[in-house]
Amino acid sequence: MWQVELHSRLGQKESAFELSMAFKSNAQRLVLFGPSGAGKTQTLMMMAGLHTPQQGRVVFKDKVLFDSQSQFNLPSRLRALGYVFQDYALFPHLTVRQNIGFALQQGWLNPSAAHKDPSVNHWIEVFQLESIASLYPEQISGGQRQRTALARALVSQPEALLLDEPFAAMDRPLRLRLRSELLQLQADLSLPMVLITHDEEDMHAFAQEVIQVDKGRVVSDSNPSD
Amino acid sequence: MDTAWVALALTLKVAGWATAINLVLGVAVGYALSRLRFRGRDVLDAILTLPMVLPPTVLGYYLLVLLGRHGAIGQWLKQNLGIQLIFTWQGAVIAASVVAFPLVFKAARASFENVEPSLEQAARVLGLSEVAVFFRITLPLAWRGILSGTLLAFARATGEFGATLMVAGSIVGETQTLSIAVYEAVQAGQDQTANFLVLVTSVSCLALLLSAGYLAPGRIAGQAQRGER
Repeated sequence: MWQVELHSRLGQKESAFELSMAFKSNAQRLVLFGPSGAGKTQTLMMMAGLHTPQQGRVVFKDKVLFDSQSQFNLPSRLRALGYVFQDYALFPHLTVRQNIGFALQQGWLNPSAAHKDPSVNHWIEVFQLESIASLYPEQISGGQRQRTALARALVSQPEALLLDEPFAAMDRPLRLRLRSELLQLQADLSLPMVLITHDEEDMHAFAQEVIQVDKGRVVSDSNPSD
Repeated sequence: MDTAWVALALTLKVAGWATAINLVLGVAVGYALSRLRFRGRDVLDAILTLPMVLPPTVLGYYLLVLLGRHGAIGQWLKQNLGIQLIFTWQGAVIAASVVAFPLVFKAARASFENVEPSLEQAARVLGLSEVAVFFRITLPLAWRGILSGTLLAFARATGEFGATLMVAGSIVGETQTLSIAVYEAVQAGQDQTANFLVLVTSVSCLALLLSAGYLAPGRIAGQAQRGER
């Protein structure tokens, strides 16, 4: 499913390091596991096309997303990947409903606060966000923010979902609940997911395959596909 | 009192045009400098900020040199388009624009740099083109800061004196703005006219400052929230 090879020099001066990642995976639930600063987020962003590696190749389901040799770089808006940012990156000037419906309207205007798109309603219902749909991101709790971010990514029907430390900012009970919700969601949709975490419990609970990274390199792969 | 109303109307016309020009130019240049990295960016930023710190008479002199009958731009305009800017209200607009430009440009650049990059990236992953990202995310999150800078620029253009006097002179009904009319009234010993002019000017500037303060960037919910993290 995934064929990823990335080479890039990151950071400046003292904090500079060489990112050199290569892995293949067919897992539905792939976890990139490693300490913070290992280059996990950079890797995920390069897969989504939010950063451009100096060299490498990214293939998803036989579709080339990036290839430095043929100088091909599919813009992230055309990659059909969902991305959940570590801080969720909800749009602060839009309500929960507008955030979720964001991708459905492609013009120069944001969706109106009153729009009632069926797929937006569907996800609001699935994540039980009815009561807060007209609130702004700053007015809702951390768990609600994460569900909003998930719903926003899922409305555009992505072919895979990339999640950057989705449980990092949460206390333990909430973490456990959202973890099982996410697993359930993955099973229901059979949507391929790539999740990055530095938390061992998250990794054990979620992973089908684990790729352990440190200092910009793959240290071990629990399920080498070669 | 007629002079006062004529001068007020002219002042609003000149400041209005100058603000409109600055809004477009200042937002465009501010956005470009906040997103593009190139050699000499800091030097360019400093040059564009100069009108804020240079004495207005020096600016007026620069403009005269450029736009005057023998100036590079002035000569070209006269020969090719038959336009003369010196001693016209359009000349006053240019003087006021140049003086007030840094206020819009600085506010715009700072506001654009304050927009969290991950929000723009999120919009890109969700399928938006760069233009749509600008109009749906970047501009709405930056507009309050831009607007407050624009109001300050309008106030600055309203009070412009030195550069305007040098470029446009003091022709009643054509280039004699409020601030210049005050100067002329005092010089001519017309105390009553001067008092009235000063009152009108003070009240309108106070109103502007109050609305600019109300729109200051710190009051935006989204930005305050990000600052807490």
